[in-house]
Amino acid sequence: MTTTPTAPQHAPQVNDAHLNPLARFIRATELDTRMLGMVGALLMIWLGFHLYGVLVNGNGVFLTPRNLWNLSVQTAVTGIMATGMVLVIITRNIDLSVGSIVGFTGMVMGILQVNILPQYLGLGHPMIWVITAITGLIVGALIGAFHGWLIAYRAIPSFIVTLGGLLVWRGAAFLTADGKTISPVDPTFALLGGGPYGAIGSTGSWIVGILGCIAIIWILMRARVARRKHQFALRPMWAEATLAALTCGALIGAVLVVNAYPWPIGIVKTYAAANGLTADPATIFISHGFAIPVMILAAVAIAMTILMTRTRFGRYVFAIGGNPEAAALAGINTRWMTLKIFSLMGMLSGLAAVVASARLNSATNALGDLEELYVIASAVVGGTSLAGGVGTIYGAIIGTLVIQSLQTGMVLIGYGDGSYRKIVVGIALVLAVYLDILYRKKIK
Amino acid sequence: MANSGTPLVELRDISIAFGGIKAVDHVSIDLYAGEVVGLLGHNGAGKSTLIKCLSGAYKADSGQILINGKEVEIKNPRDARAQNIETIYQTLALADNLDAASNLFLGRELVSPLGFVDDSAMEAETRKILKRLNPNFRKFNVPVSALSGGQRQSVAIARAVYFNAKILIMDEPTAALGPQETNMVSELIQELKAQGLGIFLIEHDIHNVMKLCDRASVMKNGQLVGTVNVDEVTDEDILGMIILGKKPAKAA
Ligand SMILES: Nc1ncnc2c1ncn2[C@@H]1O[C@H](COP(=O)(O)OP(=O)(O)O)[C@@H](O)[C@H]1O
Ligand SMILES: [Mg+2]
Repeated sequence: MTTTPTAPQHAPQVNDAHLNPLARFIRATELDTRMLGMVGALLMIWLGFHLYGVLVNGNGVFLTPRNLWNLSVQTAVTGIMATGMVLVIITRNIDLSVGSIVGFTGMVMGILQVNILPQYLGLGHPMIWVITAITGLIVGALIGAFHGWLIAYRAIPSFIVTLGGLLVWRGAAFLTADGKTISPVDPTFALLGGGPYGAIGSTGSWIVGILGCIAIIWILMRARVARRKHQFALRPMWAEATLAALTCGALIGAVLVVNAYPWPIGIVKTYAAANGLTADPATIFISHGFAIPVMILAAVAIAMTILMTRTRFGRYVFAIGGNPEAAALAGINTRWMTLKIFSLMGMLSGLAAVVASARLNSATNALGDLEELYVIASAVVGGTSLAGGVGTIYGAIIGTLVIQSLQTGMVLIGYGDGSYRKIVVGIALVLAVYLDILYRKKIK
Repeated sequence: MANSGTPLVELRDISIAFGGIKAVDHVSIDLYAGEVVGLLGHNGAGKSTLIKCLSGAYKADSGQILINGKEVEIKNPRDARAQNIETIYQTLALADNLDAASNLFLGRELVSPLGFVDDSAMEAETRKILKRLNPNFRKFNVPVSALSGGQRQSVAIARAVYFNAKILIMDEPTAALGPQETNMVSELIQELKAQGLGIFLIEHDIHNVMKLCDRASVMKNGQLVGTVNVDEVTDEDILGMIILGKKPAKAA
């Protein structure tokens, strides 16, 4: 029953001899060209800021271990939430309340770990950070579930529910402590925000890097086995090898970068004194390694990618976004799905609040202010379509990196004033979506 | 065709209204195993709405549904699927952004022992069934939005056929198809009927109705005009029922 009974259009054995090497490479590796474009744009931004620094200011400060390490930490808070926003936007909704949920859950956690738990457990008890963080996740999930219930079961548009939520939870964040800042947070909790002690060090980073490479190779091999089992066309071996080399190379590169960023001399001195090291602190090189917030983001990204690509839940998210009516006719409980998606978004906002308040070493009612806009922008720059049905987790993280890089880069080249950053991010958002529209037209 | 014993499906006195419109108004029809019952009537007669009460898309305001003589409650599409009722909707009901396999298995994904969706197994199954239904189908790894009308129809039909339906509902399955593809669907209907399925077929082409259906039920303005044995009437009689809303004298 096909309209053109001859000429299969996408047969696997297409002759690609006429293609240029790049096109042949992309076809053989089956890489997503849109993702390659985003990575390319990101590298251009990095190089652009660095070269601007070299040429105009006489020193390039963007492509340094220190800046890239800071960039990775700054990406964590927005990136954690952007992965959840992908699901919200895919299902044709929006969540404007995430920044306020960060503020509110941050305050709840601040009060809990500073004013309440020490009374019962004693100051510095090792369970304080665990109870606090879990409470933050639960409070966030409950708020999100409540929003989701209003949207799915009371049929109030998500824009309205979460716009209301933006105001309500920001106001509530103020009222929790009458606008006071709570500080400092529990010392173990503070490690979740990064800093020299809140990083996994050189050895830890190598372990992560090597385990990551093993996982990458295992995934590639498993995919190949599955294809062979069902007699689907296999990728040429050279393409598999290139893929493995590129991804593992990027990961090992990241390990080298974060390990090249040493602890500042002041911290080294304190550490040396505390641990009875006799060597001159100036000669001791202690690597930061991956920051804990970055490890949290990585864990979230992996879990969310598995959720979206390997579970029924993820499949239903896409189906609802593509055709809500068809999803319902296929027996999917679309309302319950919507509630769960908003609850997940709320939980990730709670997790983002953990990282943000830990990094600040305090809870303030302004925590996460305007963050919803950057989260949405990151997801959209990363290829999530507001028309619904389309989006990826890795895209959202690259999108977050793009937006964070623009902000950081503006500061580094001497335009640290917030107004310039806003203008650049705003332009980038519109430009990214415009390029995406052009791209989608072209591949059609 | 001798229809004796318990019908496979009985819809008794089904009514459903949207606002003030009585889309289906006290309609009773039945269907036996190995039988094709045509549902006819002008646009807006209530055919799609009636079968949606059976497929679980709508819940009837009143009336009963009996499967093999036992009353069942069909509150949602999952209940219908549990009764081995499969539906090809007029709108096809495909998620445009997903590929053929994801659509075919939507809501009933094959999963690995760990509970993860097994995409390659689903694609392999999809290739098998589509090879049978539409040997020219090649586009397995693209969203179904990139498929032609006929190819999309193939996916919708494959989904209904794959899961061993006992009761098949086809709402204008050939609307988007050319003559050659329409023939393939006709052959498929005859094959499924021979396997003992009961099929409700909503179809506008009177020649297809005469060729494929054992009985024909005609609806007008939400009401059932009547049901006739196709081999006892002419196509003129059926057209008369559709247009005039009256049963022909000799078959009444
Ligand atoms: N979801 C709905 N909401 C409101 N009216 C509907 C709905 N579905 C069907 N109708 C109305 O019910 C009547 C029957 O429609 P339908 O069953 O689609 O007719 P047919 O399939 O015979 O062409 C029409 O008047 C249509 O407008
Ligand atoms: Mg109809």
